[in-house]
Amino acid sequence: MANMNPNKMPMPEQAPDVRNKNFDEVTLGYTPEMAIEEAQRCLNCKHKPCITGCPVQVKIPEFIALVAEGKFLEAAAKIKETSSLPAVCGRVCPQETQCEQKCVRGIKGEPVAIGRLERFVADYAREHGEEKPVKPASNGHKCAIVGAGPAGLTCAGDLARMGYEVTVFEALHTAGGVLMYGIPEFRLPKEIVQKEIDTLKDLGVEFVLNFVVGRSETIDELFEDGYEAIFVGSGAGLPSFLGVPGENANGVYSANEYLTRINLMKAYKDGSDTPIFHAHKVAVVGGGNVAMDAARCAKRMGAEEVYIVYRRSEKELPARLEEIHHAKEEGIVFKFLTAPLEVLSDENYNVTGMKCQQMELGEPDASGRRRPVPVEGSEFTLDLDCVIAAIGTSPNPLIRHTTPGLDTNRKGCIIADDEHGITSKDGVFAGGDAVTGAATVILAMGAGKRAAAAMDEYIKNKQ
Amino acid sequence: MYQILKKQTLNANTKLMVIDAPHVARKAEPGQFIILRVSEDGERIPLTIADYNRETGAVTIIFQEVGATTMALGALNEGDCLHDFVGPLGKASELEGLKKVAVVGGGLGCAIAYPQAKKLHEMGCEVDLIAGFRNKDIIILEDEMKAASTNLYIMTDDGSNGNKGFVTDKLKELIDAGNQYDAVIAIGPMIMMKFVSEVTRPYGIKTIVSMNTIMVDGTGMCGGCRLTVGGETKFACVDGPDFDGHLVDFDSAMRRGAMYKAQEKQAVERREDHCNLYKMEVK
Repeated sequence: MANMNPNKMPMPEQAPDVRNKNFDEVTLGYTPEMAIEEAQRCLNCKHKPCITGCPVQVKIPEFIALVAEGKFLEAAAKIKETSSLPAVCGRVCPQETQCEQKCVRGIKGEPVAIGRLERFVADYAREHGEEKPVKPASNGHKCAIVGAGPAGLTCAGDLARMGYEVTVFEALHTAGGVLMYGIPEFRLPKEIVQKEIDTLKDLGVEFVLNFVVGRSETIDELFEDGYEAIFVGSGAGLPSFLGVPGENANGVYSANEYLTRINLMKAYKDGSDTPIFHAHKVAVVGGGNVAMDAARCAKRMGAEEVYIVYRRSEKELPARLEEIHHAKEEGIVFKFLTAPLEVLSDENYNVTGMKCQQMELGEPDASGRRRPVPVEGSEFTLDLDCVIAAIGTSPNPLIRHTTPGLDTNRKGCIIADDEHGITSKDGVFAGGDAVTGAATVILAMGAGKRAAAAMDEYIKNKQ
Repeated sequence: MYQILKKQTLNANTKLMVIDAPHVARKAEPGQFIILRVSEDGERIPLTIADYNRETGAVTIIFQEVGATTMALGALNEGDCLHDFVGPLGKASELEGLKKVAVVGGGLGCAIAYPQAKKLHEMGCEVDLIAGFRNKDIIILEDEMKAASTNLYIMTDDGSNGNKGFVTDKLKELIDAGNQYDAVIAIGPMIMMKFVSEVTRPYGIKTIVSMNTIMVDGTGMCGGCRLTVGGETKFACVDGPDFDGHLVDFDSAMRRGAMYKAQEKQAVERREDHCNLYKMEVK
């Protein structure tokens, strides 16, 4: 008989006023007993709607059934049949709009905590001597992956398992992409990401760091080097700024820069050589996961007041529910229906505040969300010493500028079909944010996975 | 790993290093830069490529020991390795079609201007190279600059080499003497590039400056290197580092450059404390 408790088993976490002063992981994960109890809430229903909500089709009811039986290592193996980064997905996927949204238990009460269970299983396997994968016999064919983020890592893992010789080229000094430079330690410990990357190395994937495709070598030169198919997962790294006066003042960051300094360059550690503003009053402009990450980092770096400035209402916030909830608990102040007009600075060019305007919601726009409209005469000023722009990113132009024959759209995104990642250039596949513009880790992973299958087919058909 | 093949002291706090980095050497062009990290968890710092050899895969960098990271770099020796070395980054200087050019270098900027002068000279362009130093003791690369130019003018602030004056004085003198330059390439401290651009502005001579800004990744990701050029926001790392000197807002660029001054000083102090502790332990 299933556990009919209408609520999810809560996951232990650090208390808000403790965790907002450290960079340790916020949530602590289930114990085996908690996991088994939560797993028993799954009805193992016939239609398995949860799987249709998962971009990489994790066999959710099957792994949960194994958890319920206490077979945690077998459950991990079941997830890994289709997902290469379960410890990551269990932490950063927006489950509430994916698998858990489809869960039958969600109709009356809360859905099964699929994300928490996935995380538990992946962590358990990592900590309890999960067997190292064995490098499969080579099929003699070479594939290149551009960018070591979630899309590229997934694509590399799948190709390596099929026997391909895979090389991943990464511009930064560390593999992992946004998992390393963007998502903070307290939400996704870097040790976990590194472990997932090490697993790929065990599978035979080679990583070439400090290699900027487009500069160090072009895509065409990679083909000359003998790679038969190339996957471009170069992400959407180019930050957008606010487009208001004063935004080049000292103390205005892109979220990319702020988070990179803290996460990748470890500015949060005492004695780090990476300089960063230790601001007192910070406004983060934007309402996505990146905005929440930046705001929560600013709090942990010692800021007394941290605002999220978002031009729509709470209902439209694109961030994961858990992040919004955690941010509020940690004392982040939300300024909804507020748009920046100007960044103010002193004679030394340091930020002193931001002039803002109150908005109201009008008619729906192209995105289907109600368009924010300025309220006449509602200007006000926030006193600040730091402003972080987290209003989105677009694909880096380097690859499109150096790859003749690779078509991109008006926004600079590579044009690739969703099903296979096929681009306008023969042998070049693409997926993730480089194609969609800024989206989520799991969507990028799904694209990397489908592209790996398409690349396999492409190379086989060529023979 | 990226091995230091050669290390040479050019003056009291300026050093030259030749690094084994075939991926960079193969594609490097004048005007481009690299980013390096001395050690794991170290800072990423951008340095202009001072020379390269495609055959041997070697890349030359020249740096002044002014901050914690450049001091750590300067403490390494031949045979040691750098943790990271990525490039070439940025756009190459556009030198095609130039027939007569004045290349102006200030201090360490001379090292940065050298590859442009050398390439232009090899292309058959007439190159007047004006190099400025505070005094004669810190003059670097004199033979190299001589070999890469038609005329070399070395100026010192204090006149200790017998040639007192700023590079801008010499440049104005040469222009007023009737030299018709297709372009002036100015590389050095921002304040020098600003004044060179002011000298050439009334004459309408195309002036190219190389913007050395604060940056993290060097591939367009952080936006820390942003500048106002002709009223638009540009990224030095991917849109530059070369820009039209008559369009760059130098004042805001200089203020941004000073953003971390206090923290840079602290980092140097930390390093010195650390070194002193180390010395005490050795005793």
